[in-house]
Amino acid sequence: MTIGLGHYLTVAAILFVFGIFGIFLNRKNVIIILMSVELILLAVNINLVAFSTFLHDMVGQVFAMFVLTVAAAEAAIGLAILVIYFRTRGSIAVEDINQMKG
Amino acid sequence: MINLADMAFYLFAFITVAAGFLVISARNPVHSVLWLILAFFSAAGLFVLLGAEFLAMLLVIVYVGAVAVLFLFVVMMLDINFVELRQGFLQYLPIGGLIGFILLAELVALGSAWAFGDAVGQNLAAPAPAADVQNTAALGQLLYTDYIFIFQTAGLILLVAMIGAIVLTHRTRPGVKRQDVAAQNARRPEDAYKLVDVKVGKGVALPTKKG
Repeated sequence: MTIGLGHYLTVAAILFVFGIFGIFLNRKNVIIILMSVELILLAVNINLVAFSTFLHDMVGQVFAMFVLTVAAAEAAIGLAILVIYFRTRGSIAVEDINQMKG
Repeated sequence: MINLADMAFYLFAFITVAAGFLVISARNPVHSVLWLILAFFSAAGLFVLLGAEFLAMLLVIVYVGAVAVLFLFVVMMLDINFVELRQGFLQYLPIGGLIGFILLAELVALGSAWAFGDAVGQNLAAPAPAADVQNTAALGQLLYTDYIFIFQTAGLILLVAMIGAIVLTHRTRPGVKRQDVAAQNARRPEDAYKLVDVKVGKGVALPTKKG
């Protein structure tokens, strides 16, 4: 059986579900949640590149690059917010982040 | 007989998925970051198999070289009690598992029912060039022509993210001694010392500081 589009989509789907699962599972550590978001974006990238290859369309790879850009910016800002939050509150547990009572 | 490319796919796919699972289940956040690096590496291998060499190298450079190291720095900078981090793990397992299962079922249902439309081959936005044009060159020809404004915007996003991260984490500490050149140049000899005519046997009182 030759490797087709479905194989890559399956890998991406499993990674995506792991990312969602990680967000729900880790209630004590915001860093793991940020890493889960990175996993989700990686799954999206695998999807985009797989479609790009199997449709012979380059635009998928262009979009994957933009997703990569946004993911890097998001990680930098997220970690910066995390650092100043830890500096003021001394904790990064999700349950403690309830100042705004949202 | 399974050929080499298929074997490489299964290897990279298995490592990606296994590392992805270990990212969310590792006890120590440092180990999570290391598993994340492995996941990105093997995803880059998948990209190479797909023929997207430039994106694969970008993934290694940007993610493994920058983002994962950023994560590693932050994890090591924050002084966290690793034991109590895992408390409440089992409490959220049922709801998380339920939502993950529903999502997976939806994706499987979607994937099994979905197929390409008939005209999808005629509606390509930018058909891939001939095989003798390299992936990097093809991507560059597209990025610097049709997508130039979005490309510039992406650069702007990165600039704003950089400035934002610096502004957020920068702090001015009180009580740090720094060189102040203007204050040094403005200092005159009469500010610094005073000649006192000392009488024999009398001693001097300590001069009071001006200002």
